[in-house]
Amino acid sequence: MTDVTSLRPGDVDLSVDLAGVTLANPITTASGCFASGAEIDRFFDIGELGAIVAKSITVERREGLAPPRMHETPSGMLNAIGLQNPGADAWIDNDLQWLQGKNVPVIVSIAGKSVEEFRTVAEKLVGKGGVAAIEVNLSCPNVEHRGLVFACQPGPSEAVIKAVKEVADVPIFGKLTPDVTDIAEIARAVVDAGADGLSLINTTLGMAVDPETGRPRIRNTFGGMSGPAIRPMAVRAIHQVHQARPEVPIIGMGGVRTVEDVVEFVRVGASAVAIGTANFADPLVTKRLVEGLREWLAVRDIPTIAELRGTVQPWT
Amino acid sequence: MTVAPRQRPSQGEGRAGDGPLSGSFEVVEHRVEGAYRVLSVSAPGIAARARAGQFVEVGVKAPATLLNRPFSIAAVDGGTVTVVYDVHGAGTEWLRHVEVHDMLDMIGPLGTPFPIPNQRVNALLVAGGYGAAPLFWLAEELKAAGMRVDMINGAATKERLHGVIESKRQSSSVAFTTDDGSFGTHGRVTDVLEERVEATGTGVVYAVGPMGMLRAVAEECERLEVACQVSVEELMACGVGVCWTCVVPVHGEDGAVHHRRSCLDGPVFDGAAIAWNDSRWTVGPSVVPEDEEPEPAARPTNRDLFG
Repeated sequence: MTDVTSLRPGDVDLSVDLAGVTLANPITTASGCFASGAEIDRFFDIGELGAIVAKSITVERREGLAPPRMHETPSGMLNAIGLQNPGADAWIDNDLQWLQGKNVPVIVSIAGKSVEEFRTVAEKLVGKGGVAAIEVNLSCPNVEHRGLVFACQPGPSEAVIKAVKEVADVPIFGKLTPDVTDIAEIARAVVDAGADGLSLINTTLGMAVDPETGRPRIRNTFGGMSGPAIRPMAVRAIHQVHQARPEVPIIGMGGVRTVEDVVEFVRVGASAVAIGTANFADPLVTKRLVEGLREWLAVRDIPTIAELRGTVQPWT
Repeated sequence: MTVAPRQRPSQGEGRAGDGPLSGSFEVVEHRVEGAYRVLSVSAPGIAARARAGQFVEVGVKAPATLLNRPFSIAAVDGGTVTVVYDVHGAGTEWLRHVEVHDMLDMIGPLGTPFPIPNQRVNALLVAGGYGAAPLFWLAEELKAAGMRVDMINGAATKERLHGVIESKRQSSSVAFTTDDGSFGTHGRVTDVLEERVEATGTGVVYAVGPMGMLRAVAEECERLEVACQVSVEELMACGVGVCWTCVVPVHGEDGAVHHRRSCLDGPVFDGAAIAWNDSRWTVGPSVVPEDEEPEPAARPTNRDLFG
């Protein structure tokens, strides 16, 4: 018998390495789009995912910005939440404890207004079980002023990464904004400052105005743009950074919704792929992507997802 | 939109228990009723789990839209879930063209139901426009629990009143108001609220309608010292608790104001707990006379009824 039999989906190896952390599959969640998991766990066991990236936490509790906080745009949306969170201590006592029971790698997103705040939150996470990595949110667009978007400049980004790296006992990922002239330059600075990996991309700053009232659609005037509309920007950013520093693990995110999108992100250099806005439309989308990715690879006789990483083919 | 591929209705995907289900369901009825549209899908799983006050998210496939649209559940009957909606944007414009036997994506039930008082009180249900839709179901639940139900049903115009006949059928008394005077009392629901509360011995008010109306009703109930539950409406991206866009400012036990998600902690809130002054909803000119001293009635508080 010499029949060519395609791979069975169950035989496909979806595992990926993320700065020394092994994930069962590359599908994870974009910070701020999955809360801390319990809400989506009402639909399916979130332990099926490669990892959970939780919503950013800060030292103190934050109530965030006043509504309206969102506005739908063509193939995307604007949001301005303002880092609403219960504060690091309460989050560790409640949300992290719940996540520890799910037996899923947790990537904790941390945010702050100063280098010291980032350091303090990172310190609180030291020795806490279940924390697989820290994502340093250098790039939340919905802050008081642009100076607080650390990832707009190499200097402030380095300072935050160095401070977090000094205290953290798990790998740290710097999350970058696409709103810069040269993202590879920021990426180099962040990696050279000690980041074990990068998360690309955060939302990009946008604005919409109601033509009738003349008021911005978002109370905060500006909002972070997300969804499929920004996906090509994410693909571009990941590609540029991967070309500049191919050894650096990347969590890719930005408008991913389908299995084909996941493969696209892996091909340009993402090790793991985080799903954000798509969760809003379909709370089961991440589970479907794990299953769908397995089938996509099996049909094409590709035994592992890892071998597709960084496989953009040249036009020659 | 695809034609129903199977005979047996889909149950939807989700977990055991009373949590939400997600699936694609067959449209079994879609009709115009006054200014609004009534849409029913065959979703026995959602219908079995739903309680009055909860909502569903409906997938709309309008060009370049991503997000689902939330609708309060108006009724569940024989495995169907019914919603009433108003066409006012791209999503509902798309929904308008959905036909019977089309498949429609739906997630539910979501959010908190109307709490039912743990003692017998007379309930006054206050509706603004198609906010009346979920209140008829609530009226049935309250009457089944042995309570008297009265209604105030208001809208901008006669055409925008929802369920005039149903209001009469479901309640011991009903007062209609229209902003233009085309039906019932000329004015707003709050213009007749105090009189109806006094006349019917109201122990609890439930209100559904635009946020400005809810604020006016909640503040009037506070003045009259009547317990009040409101079902709020805030822009919502996900409806399932993960996007944090639909928050409402609510006074916490600690005395501070906290942003609570209307999709998870609501949409039904204690009207007195909402920090209306911190909210973005303003009321129109008040026509409620302020000179009358409220009578010190021993009416039950929210804590008495639901605590």
